[in-house]
Amino acid sequence: MARKYREIGQAGWGHTLFAGFIGLVYFFPVFWIILTAFKTRPDALAVPPKLFFTPTWDNFIGVFYRASITTGTSQATDMGLYFFNSIFIAFTSVGLALIVGTLASYAFSRYPLRGNDIYLFIILTTRMMPPIVVIIPIFLMFRLSGLAGSYWGIILLYTAFNIPFSIWLVKSFFDELNPEIEDAARMDGATERRVFFNFCIPQILAGLSATFVFGLILTWNEFLFALLLTGVETRTVPVAMARTLGGEVGVDYGLLAAIVTLFLIPIFFVTFILQNQLLRGVTFGTIKK
Amino acid sequence: MTIELRQLTKRFGALTAVDAIDLQVGDGEVLCLLGPSGCGKTTTLRMVAGLEMATEGDVMLDGKRINDLSPRQRNVAMSFQFYALYPALSVAENLAYPLHADKLSNSEIETRVAQVASTLQLDRILKRKPSQLAEGEKQRVAVGRSIIRNPNCFLFDEPLSRLDVQLREEMRGEIKLVLQNLSRPTVIVTHDQLEALTMADRIAVMRDGRIEQVDTPHNVFQTPSNLFVAGFIGTPQMNLIAAQLKDSDSHGQANFIFEGGQALKIKVDPAISRLAPGSKVTLGIRPRNLKMIDEPAEDSLSTQVDLVEPMGAETLAHMRDGFQNLRLVTDWRVPLSEGNKIHVRFPPGVTHVFAKDETVIRRKS
Repeated sequence: MARKYREIGQAGWGHTLFAGFIGLVYFFPVFWIILTAFKTRPDALAVPPKLFFTPTWDNFIGVFYRASITTGTSQATDMGLYFFNSIFIAFTSVGLALIVGTLASYAFSRYPLRGNDIYLFIILTTRMMPPIVVIIPIFLMFRLSGLAGSYWGIILLYTAFNIPFSIWLVKSFFDELNPEIEDAARMDGATERRVFFNFCIPQILAGLSATFVFGLILTWNEFLFALLLTGVETRTVPVAMARTLGGEVGVDYGLLAAIVTLFLIPIFFVTFILQNQLLRGVTFGTIKK
Repeated sequence: MTIELRQLTKRFGALTAVDAIDLQVGDGEVLCLLGPSGCGKTTTLRMVAGLEMATEGDVMLDGKRINDLSPRQRNVAMSFQFYALYPALSVAENLAYPLHADKLSNSEIETRVAQVASTLQLDRILKRKPSQLAEGEKQRVAVGRSIIRNPNCFLFDEPLSRLDVQLREEMRGEIKLVLQNLSRPTVIVTHDQLEALTMADRIAVMRDGRIEQVDTPHNVFQTPSNLFVAGFIGTPQMNLIAAQLKDSDSHGQANFIFEGGQALKIKVDPAISRLAPGSKVTLGIRPRNLKMIDEPAEDSLSTQVDLVEPMGAETLAHMRDGFQNLRLVTDWRVPLSEGNKIHVRFPPGVTHVFAKDETVIRRKS
């Protein structure tokens, strides 16, 4: 199969510029938020908006330290904890969902049950209703079982939330594989465990990465469940962000933008590391065996 | 080493994929399982390999029942339709993989890989990954991986189906050569009759999970045991014409009447005398056996050329007289064109007669 446009820069300049322009349009809101994070309060609220200004780190310092009005000294905020919570909760639950989803989807793909498709459909139904519909029963269940406000409560919920997505996505990657390779490995003396870990998993690493990143982005930005089911100790960044909106002195846009900017970094970092895998993952089915 | 299948059966739910087949493959023998897709030939192969469990019946290797052994314990080598090369491993590593479980030293493994690589001319591509190989090279690596061990038998699943015509002919010869040097029973699954006819010592023709006939390529072609085998083997397909037996004698002289009223007096197998006059039969004659003649005769049919297909050295003519369709192959020099009224002769002894139950009418030889 001929591989056209394999090297970077083989597309013409016209196409490249056009793509660049579209990219800029998409990126502009993010760019503006990052810019705002470096603005003083008057600069952030200035009309017409300022593109050029003297940058300041004050907002970023403000994320972690706040001047107390009563004592006049600066005081550490809990934002560090919230960032830790977001990272810990999102990575753990998405990781767990990926492990469960990979095992389950391998079973669904290779050892189909009677009514396999029905099971798969049922698994997906949990994602069909808007979360707001189930939030009250879930809240009551969490209160009753004592899971509300704990790490494991919210991790459990996010894991359950991500499993259907993982199963469906990873199953499609397993389905794409040539099962003959597994049979060949069996003929060559590989055990079932070896077939799975040494022959199947390496072939779908790209797909697993893609699934992980998509799940991570969803979970990272989740607000509703986090708002109701996390406690003071387990609060995540989106919830903390929302709380900065309601001050007596109005919205501090610079502070908010600084939190958002910091909030972008971990996701950006993960996506960047997995970039190559991701591209292969999302184009998985389009490659000839 | 011998393989023997006894009443081997595989059912998937209500579907019977393989229906109580009996089969033996001798030491050094190459047996082809030939049949249309879905006839159970691959399932049979996979049961021999141990990748599929038999529902009933036995798989015997050298007289020992191996139904419950894992593929590895059976020590059989199998090559797959899509080659099934390990994508992350190089050609050399692919070849060496089956040896790992044998606990050989590294130098031994290297020697074996080098041996196989030189047999199959893979020396120069040992470091490449499967994705960098041409189809023919992938096929050779797959063959190499199955012969690198010293297995009890060899199994090939549609070994040439992915290659283009030219490469297929080349590889057919190459595989045949490799197999001749390995005195082990070999089973090849194919839906391509040419592959089966050229490579096999014996062919087992399968349909709907049953074996219709097992015999040498020559016999399967010359003396098909039933209507299905007759129609399945040979290109262009054998002419199969419905007829009614008028009378016959003990020497095989028989008179037939066709729909439309034409009559034919030909010599067929003497066993025809078993059939009562008036029996409905199917006559089978290969397109290459039909002869064009100038004047109608008692052993000829009159018909009209409907379509002419030049095939190079030969010409294939389709004919119809409003009731029967016939195919005839003649030398390319014979002038033929659509609309020609011609007479085709059935030479003595080349017409097969099939009874109503589709079995051939033939004396046991």
